[in-house]
Amino acid sequence: MKALALPRLTPWRVIAGLLIAAGTGSAIARFTLGLGATTHLTDQFPWGLWIGFDFLGIGLAAAGFTIVAAVHLFHATDYEPIVRPAILTAFIGYLLVVLVLVIDLGRPEHFWHPLVMWNPHSVMFEITWCVILYSTVLSLEFAPIVLEKFHLHAPIKWIHTFSLPFMILGVLLSTLHQSSFGSLYLIVPNRLHPLWYSPLLPVLFFVSCIASGLAMVILETLILSRNGRTLLSTELRADLGKIIAVVLAIYLVVRFQDMAARGVLGQLRTFTYHSLAFDGEILAGFVLPLILLLVPGVRRSRRGLYPVTILVLAGFAANRLNTAITGMEVWPTRTYFPSLMEVLIVLGIAAIGCSAFAVIARVLPIFEPVPAPEGTPDESF
Amino acid sequence: MVHKKALLLDVSMCIGCNSCQAGCKVENQLDPKVESFLSLTAFTALDEYNGKFVRRLCQHCEVPTCVSVCPVAALTKSEAGPVVYDAQKCIGCRYCLQACPFRVPRYEWHSTHPRIQKCTFCASRQARGLQTACAEACPTGATKFGDRDALLLEATERMRKEPGRYVDRIYGQEDVGGTSMLYLSPVPFEQVGFDTRLGQTPMPLLTHRAMDKIPSVVSVGSVLLAGIWWITNRRGEVRRQEGPGDPPPGPGSPTGASKEQP
Repeated sequence: MKALALPRLTPWRVIAGLLIAAGTGSAIARFTLGLGATTHLTDQFPWGLWIGFDFLGIGLAAAGFTIVAAVHLFHATDYEPIVRPAILTAFIGYLLVVLVLVIDLGRPEHFWHPLVMWNPHSVMFEITWCVILYSTVLSLEFAPIVLEKFHLHAPIKWIHTFSLPFMILGVLLSTLHQSSFGSLYLIVPNRLHPLWYSPLLPVLFFVSCIASGLAMVILETLILSRNGRTLLSTELRADLGKIIAVVLAIYLVVRFQDMAARGVLGQLRTFTYHSLAFDGEILAGFVLPLILLLVPGVRRSRRGLYPVTILVLAGFAANRLNTAITGMEVWPTRTYFPSLMEVLIVLGIAAIGCSAFAVIARVLPIFEPVPAPEGTPDESF
Repeated sequence: MVHKKALLLDVSMCIGCNSCQAGCKVENQLDPKVESFLSLTAFTALDEYNGKFVRRLCQHCEVPTCVSVCPVAALTKSEAGPVVYDAQKCIGCRYCLQACPFRVPRYEWHSTHPRIQKCTFCASRQARGLQTACAEACPTGATKFGDRDALLLEATERMRKEPGRYVDRIYGQEDVGGTSMLYLSPVPFEQVGFDTRLGQTPMPLLTHRAMDKIPSVVSVGSVLLAGIWWITNRRGEVRRQEGPGDPPPGPGSPTGASKEQP
């Protein structure tokens, strides 16, 4: 196996190693000392950075269901080469989120309770089930990659028989719980700032996760296409960029239409803690990338797409963190800033995710060769 | 038929003696120190606003937000009124702290096996036919225990008898769908720390409206996705049949494969 040879030390590997070590140490402290000693969470602010990270992880993992739907359900077979990287991204994203949830839960040893103790009225209950079921679907979508490595073709055929219903189930589960993260906040109209609270939160969360998922796909192909390998042609990447532009435009229309209907647009006229956070999120993370993506030259060049996709992802992150943190703050009386250990745990887990992707991409057949132009139509999963 | 119980809390009669808290602490075997805020060792506390005293405690809502958000049903609403917590079920997600419109639950942040703590509405005393410890301890009758219906009548009667003594509102009668804590106040409620903008709709309905759509999303979504799969799949089959061997031309065909960069 690859691991036998001592890995070469590169700056990225050193940083990842340090972050993972610091995160592990902080996690040990959290479990031995409790949440109070290691976080800045309080009775007044019981959800903080970790919930925000869950939103981000799940949102980036939307790469998985959007690409699976495009290729296997809508037969946009040109995108076949990025199906596996997207599934891997989603799989890792979900595992990381589960990891953070277990650290965040006050009684992690009770994590299995929602399986047997039901409350179908709870959004949290629904999310738990969706995450569990979708992780199962993802592992089935991921299994053929592992089985291929070990030349076990019989089970691949078996999984392939069931693949269509499973892929539909996966897309539905993703739709449900991507939107349910927004539904979590429907019940706190008295606490979440009106710039973020909306009865349409589930819709807005769903629409924005499609943009972030596709941005993540583009960014990945840009990063992974570096060493003489081309995952997606310039044309196909530009098309994805066009779709992101459409999604961003739809998002902005829905969001501002809803704000106008609720009469909160006036709050943007004065500069406050919250309106500044809103302006930053919308202008830098939604409007600017939308404008840039309308320029064909930007969509078609690596140098254009890199910053644009990063802007889209940053806007998405800002939206989720503003909903989870900024919008729940009351400036200046009730504010929250994460503790060092909360941050270290998040960074450590993100580093684990990146390292896992790098290692798995090396060990397993994640990147199939780009199909030859004259190739036979291949519907392999 | 169980009669729903409630407390009638008359701000105009409270003298701020804190006997309710003392009685509560004895009943629940909590640290007897005097506390002015809700905490792990104070399930009730008095807020003071210009000589007016207001009791803060779990409102034991009729349609409780905490019960609705708890993913494992660790919080339940009993028929007689108390919202009861079962620490054995709790996974520690803290959604109840996040969602409670009255910001009541307190969390054992210091512990590695944390629970929430809040007023129990003396559920165990009620089961024995006793009134709550705070009502028993109150020397002036500012806290009165009884059937919810009877207490609502009494509150209306008090307001009728002495017009001008109270503002014309019983807080908790309809707020967030009604609570077990019914307040009378001589001054507008927002002046003594109440959130008067919560509305009469129970908070859980806000979530139910969205979650009610889940069955439609699943049924319509699965048919839609299967339909799209079938149509796009069929289109591919037709294309293969009609032009064997040829790369698909035509306006609708994907553009990428033949323009692959080296």
